[in-house]
Amino acid sequence: MLRVEDLHKSFDDFKAVNGAHLSVEKGQLVAVIGPNGAGKTTLFNLITGQLQPNTGKILLKDEDISKLPPHVICRKGIARSFQIANVFHRLSVFRNVQVSVLSQQKLSDRLFQPAARLVVEETNRILESVGLLDKKTDVADSLAHGDKRILEIAIALGNEPDLLILDEPTAGMSPEETTTTMALIQRLSEDQGLTILFCEHDMEVVFGTAQSIMVMQQGSTIIQDEPETVRQNTEVQQAYLGGE
Amino acid sequence: MFSEMIRQKSFGVSAAIFVVLLIAPSFLPRYYIYFLAVIFVTALLAMSLNLCVGHGMLFQFHHGVFYGVGAYTAGLLLAKTSLPWWIAFIAGPLAAAFAGLLIGIFCIRLNRLYFGMLQISLGSLIWAVAFRWYALTGGDDGIHGIPMPDFISSTTGSYYFVLIVLGICLVLMYLILKSPFGSTLQATRDNPERCAAVGINVRRHQLKTIVIATFFGGVAGVLFVVVEGSIFPDLLFWVLSLEIMIMCLLGGWFTFAGPILGAAIIVSLRTFIGTYTEYWTLILGVILILLIFFIPEGIMGYNYRQLFRSRTQYATESQTE
Repeated sequence: MLRVEDLHKSFDDFKAVNGAHLSVEKGQLVAVIGPNGAGKTTLFNLITGQLQPNTGKILLKDEDISKLPPHVICRKGIARSFQIANVFHRLSVFRNVQVSVLSQQKLSDRLFQPAARLVVEETNRILESVGLLDKKTDVADSLAHGDKRILEIAIALGNEPDLLILDEPTAGMSPEETTTTMALIQRLSEDQGLTILFCEHDMEVVFGTAQSIMVMQQGSTIIQDEPETVRQNTEVQQAYLGGE
Repeated sequence: MFSEMIRQKSFGVSAAIFVVLLIAPSFLPRYYIYFLAVIFVTALLAMSLNLCVGHGMLFQFHHGVFYGVGAYTAGLLLAKTSLPWWIAFIAGPLAAAFAGLLIGIFCIRLNRLYFGMLQISLGSLIWAVAFRWYALTGGDDGIHGIPMPDFISSTTGSYYFVLIVLGICLVLMYLILKSPFGSTLQATRDNPERCAAVGINVRRHQLKTIVIATFFGGVAGVLFVVVEGSIFPDLLFWVLSLEIMIMCLLGGWFTFAGPILGAAIIVSLRTFIGTYTEYWTLILGVILILLIFFIPEGIMGYNYRQLFRSRTQYATESQTE
């Protein structure tokens, strides 16, 4: 579904992404791992159009999307969450998700119809599936950090994406919240058959859930394969696991 | 449930105010009727600006230009052509919206403060045209004694006309803000980056907002001509733009009706203190300083927060019961 080929992006002299390769098949749960500053977030920002690559290809269903702006890429079926809790902080939880559902159904330009009565069912269903339904009238800014991150995923789900990209979904979470969030991600992948690409720090979390793992170091891809093969790889062990 | 109560209460209050305003001409002296009409016009202008500033976080620094374009278009058509009055009244807002579109196309490429700075520059060009083109606009004298149709030529007639148009515009703005368009606009305000990531063309959405806001600004311009019967270049001067910006901030820029309150306060200050001293802006300055330090979200924003606090308390209390 998604193929990234020899992607490069530099900021002035710093090569943030320097030869990244990635492939995501339909229905897969794929993880990108790598130490801090390996270029994971930059790679995601390149895929979803927040940044434009210097060279290289990003193919979504065989179409090159590397030059498109974020809102067009979203329309093509990629939705994402951000590493920092990136929500609409003055709107209620319900309206946070509703905004993306409205956008998905191309209703964002309706001028004189009360939004309160539109796409209510769809929005509630998403809130229920992530477990935020009982907080739907809360202002997003008043949520706890963990809930804000979950809300982010809910916003992305509002776009009914073919591919869901999550940038460190458990960053800053307590161990319990991490477990709940990973369970949620696994449920989305297994029950709803969503294709999910995420990056993560916590090694155990990644090896426990992902079907395919891509390892990045200093902007380059070392390997992408099944978890066991990745674990055996000596280069990965040296670079990331501390050479056991 | 509680928010439903608030909504019903505020609906009741606005209905009561509207009824009082409807019968006001029967007991208020003529000067105060005129004074109220001036507040209505200014309130509509501030409300239109707040669509951009409060709900879209677009720093529309020179909104007065569109007020002026609306007023000049209507005023010139009434004074210099024999076209029927209603064509002039419709042409005003349309011209303002067109100007909004033209200036907006350039400004929207820039972010926040730069957006505002470019708008001041482009807007000042339009002011310069109105100020200098004596043959058409009367230059800095403007045009006075613009002929009005009979039904709005009296103070009471123009009062009712302005009140009704204001009422219609407020209802329209309320509907727009509660619509998917308004929801999405508030989302672009809170987080443009996230908005683009859910598939919204943020710049285009903002441009549409500017066109809508400048249209209503043009309506306010037409109403100004109705009330004053004259046009002059000060309508397009940046000082006025600053004043209406202050009205939004003072009244509460994240609330719906805040700018009306802000407009009422500033117009009252200008009218009543302005008769004693030309330094009334001194008092405005002090108010601004107090505002920035103590209630940065404006008077109604502050009130709303108080309400909101009691509401969360109410929620926790009912949970523990």
